[in-house]
Amino acid sequence: MKKIIMSVAILAMSSSFALADTIRMGTEGAYPPYNFINDAGEVDGFERELGDELCKRAELTCEWVTNEWDSIIPNLVSGNYDTIIAGMSITDERDEVIDFTQNYTPPSPSIYVAASADVDVTTGIIAAQTSTIQSGHVASSGATLVEFATPDETLAAVKNGEADAVLADVDFLRPVAEESNGELVIVGEPVFLGGGVGLGVRESDNELRDKFDAAIQSMKDDGTLNTMITKWFGADAYTF
Amino acid sequence: MFSFCAEPDILEGLQWVTCYLTTGKHFAFYASFGTVMLLLAVTAPVALLFGFGGATAARSTIAPLRWFGKGYTAIVRGIPDIAFFMFFVIALDQAFEFVRHKVLCPEWTDPIRQGNDFVVCSAAKLPLSSSPQWMHETYGFMLAVLTFAIVFGAFAANVLYGGMGAVPRGQLETAEAYGMSRRQTFWRILVPQMWIYALPGLSNLWMILIKATPLLFLLGVEDIVYWARELGGSKTQVFSYPHPDWRLYYFLGLLVFYLSLTKVSEIVLSNLTDKLSKGQATMGGESQRKAVAS
Repeated sequence: MKKIIMSVAILAMSSSFALADTIRMGTEGAYPPYNFINDAGEVDGFERELGDELCKRAELTCEWVTNEWDSIIPNLVSGNYDTIIAGMSITDERDEVIDFTQNYTPPSPSIYVAASADVDVTTGIIAAQTSTIQSGHVASSGATLVEFATPDETLAAVKNGEADAVLADVDFLRPVAEESNGELVIVGEPVFLGGGVGLGVRESDNELRDKFDAAIQSMKDDGTLNTMITKWFGADAYTF
Repeated sequence: MFSFCAEPDILEGLQWVTCYLTTGKHFAFYASFGTVMLLLAVTAPVALLFGFGGATAARSTIAPLRWFGKGYTAIVRGIPDIAFFMFFVIALDQAFEFVRHKVLCPEWTDPIRQGNDFVVCSAAKLPLSSSPQWMHETYGFMLAVLTFAIVFGAFAANVLYGGMGAVPRGQLETAEAYGMSRRQTFWRILVPQMWIYALPGLSNLWMILIKATPLLFLLGVEDIVYWARELGGSKTQVFSYPHPDWRLYYFLGLLVFYLSLTKVSEIVLSNLTDKLSKGQATMGGESQRKAVAS
């Protein structure tokens, strides 16, 4: 083992010091259409296209990495990647730990999806992904919260009856409900949570945040961001 | 992969299945079986080595070494695996980067800890941000091996410590009577005989290690359980091959894989037990003697 560590250390130390600005983009890869692993095994989705465009405008070389949602913030502050671009809504709690760029999607509603239309979302058992704004909302809404590590598991919980309904972003849930052949239906009123989705960066990384901020602003100004949102989330998605 | 896979939407039946099972994502899934086997193949001997070191240290006559051995087993065995895997690895990674930062960037004056952030100069990053993704993955894999080895080494240390204690005192006394030194007694009498006593415990550890490999994903290594969950989850029209929740079938596949792995392990371990029982003053050794005599 010692030998392996030593050789890693030597390998790493002797590697060249050509430090091109490679920005590692951290995402979850399990939240279509925001981000997902496509059938070729690569990161794909709205945020892939957006991120590549932002990197081009900011003149950065970017590389995509996936990380589990649960440890996505600790790994950012520890420096394993440089941004979180994973459908992460801007909230005050998260803002205390990391910094956000300006939002690149407007605050869009979260909706409830259930197996039957007569579910009462204020008293029932509601599934949500762990450490999301939705799980925070369910916990304070009076309903019983059950948390799951991945978005997919929250849906499975509703289908097999473990939970009455699931609360998640409308962009994620609407295609699921539409393609379920009536098995899943949208119930209750939409709730507006968070301040839109932004790019998460380390608090000490002001330079990078400013670069992405400028790039997002330029995409907002020339309308390309709205085009991209409509492309991935449908014609009736909220735009800027 | 095949030419007829170019347009997945119009495929049907067997062609669809063929194309579906040969996507890049599925190949990543198949490759991850190799990752798991490699992890087992590397971790098991390293953990055994850590365990042997820990057990030897715990028996040492030098007090600080003994404290180290006992402390290692007590601390690591007491910490929940998941906590260890979540925090120890990040801490280990930061420790490496901290050392490299001190060596490579002495002129750097900013603090390394800035609030929540851990900031080292870009030359000290491990691996460098500019290095290709496979280097990051290899590094992650090696951190995983090291962490697994430390955790399972602590359990192995306790098992081996017990195994060493179980070797009949008469054997060691005889060695001393023949004038062997402490070191000779240890290597020639104690170590060859302790394995039969340690084997049941070690085989347990091996089985647990096989089942613990899904913890790999906590370390950012994409293992078979990650891919099974990812591939099996229901897929909307955004994907080329939309399908409902198929996780059951993927997990059934994993079940077969894990059961065959444990079955093969059981066969190998029982052969090993037979071999090690030879001439031992144990039930196994006794029945072997009787079988030869009759």
